[in-house]
Amino acid sequence: MNAIVIKELTKKYGDLAAVDHLSLTVKQGELFALLGVNGAGKSTTIKLLSCLIKPTGGDAALLGDSIVSNPHAVKEKINISPQETAVAANLTVFENLALIAGIYGQDSKTAKKHAQELAERFGLQESLHKKAKHLSGGMQRRLSIALALISDPQILFLDEPTLGLDVLARRELWALIKELKGHITIILTTHYMDEVEHLSDRVGIMTKGQLTAVGTVAELLTKTGASTLEDAFVVLSGGAL
Amino acid sequence: MKMFIFAKRNTKEILRDPMNLIFGLGFPLVLLVLLSVINAAIPAEAENTMFQISNLAPGLAAFGSVFMALFAGMLLSKDRTSSFLMRLFTSPMGAADFIAGYSLPMLVLTVAQSAITFLAAGAFGLPINANILAGIAITTLVSLQFIGTGLFFGSFLNDKAVGGVCGALLTNVVGWLSGVFIPIDLIGGVFKKITNLLPYYHSVEAIKAALSGHFSDIFPHLAVVMGYTVLILALAIIVFHHNMNGENV
Repeated sequence: MNAIVIKELTKKYGDLAAVDHLSLTVKQGELFALLGVNGAGKSTTIKLLSCLIKPTGGDAALLGDSIVSNPHAVKEKINISPQETAVAANLTVFENLALIAGIYGQDSKTAKKHAQELAERFGLQESLHKKAKHLSGGMQRRLSIALALISDPQILFLDEPTLGLDVLARRELWALIKELKGHITIILTTHYMDEVEHLSDRVGIMTKGQLTAVGTVAELLTKTGASTLEDAFVVLSGGAL
Repeated sequence: MKMFIFAKRNTKEILRDPMNLIFGLGFPLVLLVLLSVINAAIPAEAENTMFQISNLAPGLAAFGSVFMALFAGMLLSKDRTSSFLMRLFTSPMGAADFIAGYSLPMLVLTVAQSAITFLAAGAFGLPINANILAGIAITTLVSLQFIGTGLFFGSFLNDKAVGGVCGALLTNVVGWLSGVFIPIDLIGGVFKKITNLLPYYHSVEAIKAALSGHFSDIFPHLAVVMGYTVLILALAIIVFHHNMNGENV
């Protein structure tokens, strides 16, 4: 079953098309990686799909609900971990988790239970009563993803989730993301090719707002004749090797 | 329900920043003590009543509520620039949840701040009676204009710029044009006309009327304040709604 069906999705700012007639289908439980250089339209696509901005044209159905005509229903099923860690700095890990759970309509008892469970799952148990601003970068990223998961979303958007993390923290986060595969449909944006190779089921390459290639890593390598994903990406993005 | 959960979070964010407590609660008290000491040193024949407690207490209550603009603006701006607001915009929260969630803690803080200011003013001679409650109520209404100002600027400025506009600039403007620190009647002329056109002088006068029990004098001043409050809150809601609908997330 398809989780996301995008048809001719377009977002224009004046004459500039940040997302240009994008069409794509993502299956339920799939981890789909969006690759592109800065300004290619990845983040705008995520903002459109998560109902943060309205499209200029086209539409997308997330588990059957349109982002144009039924954004409220879409919001009930999705969550996002933005590029920045986006945590409440002066709240503890537990309070952050309980806050988001409450905002998504969970009663106090359920919210606290879920907060405990997710903290345990994401290795945040020992920092449960630490203020978010005192966590390391890696721990803040973990919290950010845990916050996105506490509403039990069916579709999760991860916008450059490992940006600025050291190798060990990145690997830890990869392991957590891998555990989610198959259970939740994930759209991931990143600049790290190894991350894509390690995590994604399929990859989409965006250039100037358009989707120039879609396929598995192996398919993209075959298509371009490149030996590495980075080379394939450069070719498909219109760059020179 | 969502708005109360969000308001609770906002209250914690503000109260857990020690600078907020120093400026929000401590600064008006320091001014109260300092200006009361100055007032005691002014000879009676100077006939300067500006720092008498009946004038000083309402002035400082109004001045203290200016900090709500700083708190609301900084919080909103930080939420916006840290993408925390982006996270919340993808949740099922509505515009009313956000506006009320940011405003309610400021109203509660104003009640606490004005109550502390008036009770402390009691030590310098302000009569502690039922009129204090009216004074707190009017101060809370007065604070709405500053909450609106904070939400307006917090919707598009970064936190440093909000600090400049809602902190340094606004506190100075209100300090100068409200008559708390400057004898407006003595200066008169164009300066007095300007202060009468703006809401700050009327804010102090409305609180003063409430504290002194001259309730019929409240409305003419409060009407001016509320006019400006409706305007700035409407502007804040329009800008915030524009952000929610997404071009400036």
